[in-house]
Amino acid sequence: MQNKKKEMNLNTLYKVFIYVALLTLAVSIVIPVGWVFLASIKENSEFYGNPWTMPKGFYFQNFIDAFEKANMGEYFFNSILVTMLALAILLVVALPAAYVLARYRFFGSKLINIMFMGGLFINVNYIVVPIFLMFVDADKFLKSLGGNSFFLNNLFVVALVYASTALPFTIYLLSGFFVTIPRDYEEAAYMDGSGYFRTMVQIMMPMALPSIITVILFNFLSFWNEYIISMTLLTKNSKTLPVGLMQLMQAQKAAANYGQLYAGLVIVMLPTLILYILVQKKLTQGMSLGGLKG
Amino acid sequence: MKKVRGKSIFITLCVAPAVILFVIFMLIPTFNVFKMSLYKWGGYSNTKQFVGLNNFKILMEDTNFFRSFQNTVLLIAIVTIVTMGFSLIFAAILSREKIKGQNFFRIIFYIPNILSVVVISAIFSAIYDPNNGLLNSIIGIFRGSEKTPILWLGDQKLVIYSLVIAMIWQAIGYYMVMYMASMASVPESLYESANLEGAGRIRQFFSITLPLIWTNIRTTLTFFVISSINISFLIVKALTNGGPDGATEVFLSYMYKQAYTNSSYGYGMAIGVVVFLFSFGLSAIINFVTKREPLEF
Repeated sequence: MQNKKKEMNLNTLYKVFIYVALLTLAVSIVIPVGWVFLASIKENSEFYGNPWTMPKGFYFQNFIDAFEKANMGEYFFNSILVTMLALAILLVVALPAAYVLARYRFFGSKLINIMFMGGLFINVNYIVVPIFLMFVDADKFLKSLGGNSFFLNNLFVVALVYASTALPFTIYLLSGFFVTIPRDYEEAAYMDGSGYFRTMVQIMMPMALPSIITVILFNFLSFWNEYIISMTLLTKNSKTLPVGLMQLMQAQKAAANYGQLYAGLVIVMLPTLILYILVQKKLTQGMSLGGLKG
Repeated sequence: MKKVRGKSIFITLCVAPAVILFVIFMLIPTFNVFKMSLYKWGGYSNTKQFVGLNNFKILMEDTNFFRSFQNTVLLIAIVTIVTMGFSLIFAAILSREKIKGQNFFRIIFYIPNILSVVVISAIFSAIYDPNNGLLNSIIGIFRGSEKTPILWLGDQKLVIYSLVIAMIWQAIGYYMVMYMASMASVPESLYESANLEGAGRIRQFFSITLPLIWTNIRTTLTFFVISSINISFLIVKALTNGGPDGATEVFLSYMYKQAYTNSSYGYGMAIGVVVFLFSFGLSAIINFVTKREPLEF
């Protein structure tokens, strides 16, 4: 009896310990993120003194300032444009390639598969300098022909680079899915006189929809949040949101415009947070499906 | 005959765009990293001079590079051990114990992973701010607010640990969710029989959970090391930009600095090559050291 009681006590202690640990981590995540939201509606004078005070009112002017004075409105539009374009290019290019690589053996197919697998290990941070220099050269060449510079400071080119660098992971994930679908579906379609192209678009792609959604989710997040490529390739006025935010961070050090900075932060993270809340199940499930992403 | 031709046209049309984009924007730039590392090249001017391995020779004597090397290794070591440890423990708790709000915790823990590194840096610069920061104002309650504020990002000795915390904060949820997924595939019957045998929670964790998801741990470990090199660059670039006085300079931030600020592209790329080889070597070592007979279940 005595023994059992002791065990019970130990068990409760263990439970308490677990909850404390879990809550500590949860608080360390929720509080800073929540604090940013509260800070974004504070007036600038409220930032001097205790950071834990609640905002006095709803100072929406921060967001208007961020949108207009700090150009976050324009950057927001740029980010949407680049992300959507990159996703579109990525899907149009990666889907057929993944399908064919999973289904057909042809001359060079093994080499191409190995190439994309190796691509998983190439990180953008290493190659951003050569990509930048490649565009500098290309622009110089265009100018020597009497044209205008085209490659640098072009949102479309940034989207193209995003899509290209996401190819290995996307193809890896999608062809991993296509391999699991039995061949019977296609054979039946061919029997009915459907061509290769129609079979792929009308039979196989709809079946891959869950994987396609996973691909879109992951790549949306990485394109929306990316800043090294866009910082390097967009040197003039048109920027994407994260780069604009970095600019705000640096400006804040000199001018102490806190309200604008935190409003900018909210503008950058709100879309991803909303998306996450809507699809969090899909995202965390997709991880076990897709395996890894650096 | 017509069908065979149709098929090869179809295959070519499907694969060619992906291959072309990959070659132009990934393969050639990667090749160029290696090629440029052999040249002395001052950027925009067109004076490329082949110098062989000279860039690497300079690199070996570059104390700044050596410092970024130390910083990177320190970051990788601490961040990897702490993150892996915590995410395994939390994953085991959340998937083995009956916890109220299990789903809630999983959702919350994953949030840092969906935020941009710039956002994370901005959040942490608010936390670490010496005067009005969240951290100092809490600590101020205990040690009295009149004392000089702690410079989390300004103190050369302290700043690297401030980065460590930010990196762990960023990574923990992602790996936890990943381990939860693989722990879910461990059959319940093993735990039941372990319970009958009287093995405790900790014993079960080390004798059942860990060995059975070992393959997964190995792969994540390899990827984690490679991605730490990248994430440390992204955070450093946005949060401290290598400062104060090079105290947080890491591999890739030093490379970027040499290539852009200093405009010595050839030298920057030589750094890139060394880092590339270093990360490959490190993951090969990890792969080798962690090799165990895979357990079937």
